[in-house]
Amino acid sequence: MNQLRRTFLKSSGMAGAVMVAIGAGLLKSGEVMAATWNKLAFTSNNIADAMKNANYGGATESKDIVITVPDIAENGASVPVEVTSNIPGTTSIAIFVEKNITPLAADFEISNGAEPYIYTFVKMGQTSQVRVAVRAGGKAYTVSKEVKVTIGGCGG
Amino acid sequence: MSMNRREFMQILAVASAAGFALNSRQALSQGNAGNFYDLPAFGNVSLMHFTDCHAQLQPIYFREPNVNIGLGDSLNRPPHLVGEKLLKSFGIRPGSVEAHAFTYLDFDKAARTYGKVGGFAHLSTLVKKIRASRPGALLLDGGDTWQGSATALWTKGQDMVDACKLLGVDVMTGHWEFTLGAERVQQIIDNDFKGKLDFVAQNIKTNDFGDPVFPHYVIKQIQGIPVAIIGQAFPYTPIANPRHMIPDWSFGIQDDHMQEVVNTARAKGAQVVVVLSHNGMDVDLKMASRVSGIDAIMGGHTHDGIPAPSIVKNPGGQTLVTNAGSNGKFLGVLDLDVKGGKVAGFKYKLMPVFANLIEPDADMAALIKKVRAPYEAKLAEKLAITEGTLYRRGNFNGTFDQLILDAMMEVKGADAAFSPGFRWGTSLLPGQTITLEHLMDQTAITYPQTTLNEMTGATIKDIMEDVCDNLFNPDPYKQQGGDMVRVGGISYTCDLQQGMGKRINNMMLKGKPLDPNKTYKVAGWAPVAEGATGEPIWDVVASYLRDKKVISPRKLNLPKLIGIKGNDGIA
Repeated sequence: MNQLRRTFLKSSGMAGAVMVAIGAGLLKSGEVMAATWNKLAFTSNNIADAMKNANYGGATESKDIVITVPDIAENGASVPVEVTSNIPGTTSIAIFVEKNITPLAADFEISNGAEPYIYTFVKMGQTSQVRVAVRAGGKAYTVSKEVKVTIGGCGG
Repeated sequence: MSMNRREFMQILAVASAAGFALNSRQALSQGNAGNFYDLPAFGNVSLMHFTDCHAQLQPIYFREPNVNIGLGDSLNRPPHLVGEKLLKSFGIRPGSVEAHAFTYLDFDKAARTYGKVGGFAHLSTLVKKIRASRPGALLLDGGDTWQGSATALWTKGQDMVDACKLLGVDVMTGHWEFTLGAERVQQIIDNDFKGKLDFVAQNIKTNDFGDPVFPHYVIKQIQGIPVAIIGQAFPYTPIANPRHMIPDWSFGIQDDHMQEVVNTARAKGAQVVVVLSHNGMDVDLKMASRVSGIDAIMGGHTHDGIPAPSIVKNPGGQTLVTNAGSNGKFLGVLDLDVKGGKVAGFKYKLMPVFANLIEPDADMAALIKKVRAPYEAKLAEKLAITEGTLYRRGNFNGTFDQLILDAMMEVKGADAAFSPGFRWGTSLLPGQTITLEHLMDQTAITYPQTTLNEMTGATIKDIMEDVCDNLFNPDPYKQQGGDMVRVGGISYTCDLQQGMGKRINNMMLKGKPLDPNKTYKVAGWAPVAEGATGEPIWDVVASYLRDKKVISPRKLNLPKLIGIKGNDGIA
């Protein structure tokens, strides 16, 4: 465990981390939020509409998308989702929680040959498929895995 | 009819005169007593394993379950065999001392015949005996060691830490240990254990950067052969127990990471790779099928005492899976014959620890006496006498759970009650005095608050469905390893062939169907949410016991099970 690194980063704060990302050219400051906000997709209230409106309609199942999620969420309010797309020419990766009221949780654009790897956290109201969709070469691909959300207690 | 202890003892005396064998040495002398603990050495690498002792320093009674249902791939396979089915599967003679150790059959009579089990002074003698014939043998502790007794709670685990050091534990992993709080766990590891005992866990990392919290594994030399012991802590600690006690740590099964750690250990020269696991046996079996390169998973958590290893095939060959019971009742001994850098053969024995058959180790006995001294008078308080057998273990209400539920409903004036499906907790025989120590054996946790909540019928059903799925989900990775929540005041049916949300039906309270929209008063304890307040459960139950004085045999509130035909996990 690197205690020093943790202490340093905690004291420098999240804003600092974001500034580093901007400084390194990973994000353009004007594009951090809102520029491409797809309101229709993010407010769609079922998985089919959300996928269609986010431009992943008709996605085909693919084993070349690797998702890592817990079998049971430790905290439904913050579920880690790790995605690697091994599909050549990946241009975007989206995460949907099928049973959330608004299933689309995040949509990442991958540009200029950036590595198609995402690690983020999503909120989950109940046990649901976590579905990942990828666009590559103008086509849509998808894969999903169930994450169980439980009230906890009573174990052991 | 109630019976006091004196009357009971008279009946016992009559029974004895009538020819029941009441002395374990005498009983065993009719069989194979002389060499019961002589275990011929085999191979060149030996590992001793105990798990889930739940802080039981003294010998106790422990009744194995008569309901331990397996579904899907687990149907009728170890550990989901009980009673005669278990005996038959492992070739154990009915009525033998082994039959008593591994099953609930004829529990009261056999327990009187063979006496108490476990106890660290007795375990210590056995460990020394095994070590004497097996140079370099390691002693592995699978966790759930620092919780389960009054003294462990009151000393914040210190009694067990000191006892484990004296016992000579080499490597451990954990689960209930974490309910002492992250800070206390770190304090013990950084001070008491430093340079003496390795606490390992490959599946615990920090929430922020994913850094390892503990070493993933340790490599020990046994007779010149490098042996890697990888730790696998209970994957669902932050879900089954209060997350706020370990706020900065994340757990999970992490079998991809397990594969990486196995590969790393092999690359560093380990000729034997063993996982010291607190997964629970069903998770162990699934993990063994998915991860390659593990010679043996020595597991615990689900308290399954399994006489022989399960051999699981996987892409890398095969992995042995052993589980070593609970409450200090067993010591597992795995002997490996390592030739040319590989395991060429093995022998495994799960030895029951019968206190009457083993001389207690003097040093350990002295330590136990010392740690208990300040608390002896308090522990010995006589609360009541039980007329029936009291036990907890089993998929549904045990008699001690029923007693806790009955006490909560009466003391709190509740319509219904929930008690957690914990698998720890010792047993009492008919006629035994229930002391405060016995009560603490069922309740000693760091979040003992009792609660009285208003819940709708719909909420009650949701809770029961949720816990039921944690027990009967067909995918072991989605189970948590506890038993069904104990339910008082509400009868129900449980359909084992259904999925989440559809198992619990026909719920009735006081002869009327439970109304999903009506509000009921429900008592409970062991809240996982932060900031809960309420009288500790041991105070609630103690006041009930003092009031009743004599506890009649409990009427168990068991669900009617549907879809159970042909299942060998129920007697």
